[in-house]
Amino acid sequence: MSLLGTFDVGTTGLVAQSLRLNLIASNVANAESAVSADGQAYRARHVVLQSEARAGRVGQGVRVARIVESNAEPRMEYRPGHPLADSKGYITMSNVNPAEQMVDMVSASRAYQFNIEMMNTTKQLMLKTLDLGK
Amino acid sequence: MNTVPQFDSLKFGEAALKLRSLRHELLSSNLVNADTPNYKARDIDFQSVLMQRLSGQNNTNSVSLERTHQGHIHMTSSVQSPKQMFRVGVQPSLDGNTVDPDIERGNFVKNAFFTEAAISFLGSSFRTRLSAITGQPS
Repeated sequence: MSLLGTFDVGTTGLVAQSLRLNLIASNVANAESAVSADGQAYRARHVVLQSEARAGRVGQGVRVARIVESNAEPRMEYRPGHPLADSKGYITMSNVNPAEQMVDMVSASRAYQFNIEMMNTTKQLMLKTLDLGK
Repeated sequence: MNTVPQFDSLKFGEAALKLRSLRHELLSSNLVNADTPNYKARDIDFQSVLMQRLSGQNNTNSVSLERTHQGHIHMTSSVQSPKQMFRVGVQPSLDGNTVDPDIERGNFVKNAFFTEAAISFLGSSFRTRLSAITGQPS
């Protein structure tokens, strides 16, 4: 029965979107992280989503193929008094772009909601099917 | 104009319900992949696939049985999965994804509604037969 398959498809969506939300949380939390001159700066992380065909089924799920780090230039901030500042008085911040993260977060949380809605609808249809002929 | 030939109501209900749930899965995978780069939204031509199934599959099995012993009866499904077609994107996105969440959601809700209708039609034809058998209104 294909309705059961919809639950599997929906679950893959929930897993992928919650991982995406998790990474966004990590990016936002580290948006103001400063690093020392020799240390590695925090780089924004993004998921790479990929559709996932399942044997003998029509529906394709989604999965996180890999997690990539953003190649954007880190933000330089002029703070001469800061203990981590270099000789010119600059400190290296993370390369997280807060606006981009907010947009991504709205998209991920909407997608998560759609998935739940979809599974709810499927559940109702399955319950109706159980009552068939009554 | 005769577009819908008459079929046995149980057979019709079964075929319709199966196809509705298949389309349900297909549309849900479109929605799940709304953010997947290069994913192409897919759908089936419901009417033609339903007609094809109703006219072609009169005396064949619609389910296949798994054989775990050589003495088991060989029963394989003759129903092939319907031809999937790609939806033409209205607003193509930069990452090659052609899923329009609004269109997919509309289709999903519509399909869910018709699935419910198919279930209740099938249920009422069960009840009709039951009342014919028992001679009492159920």
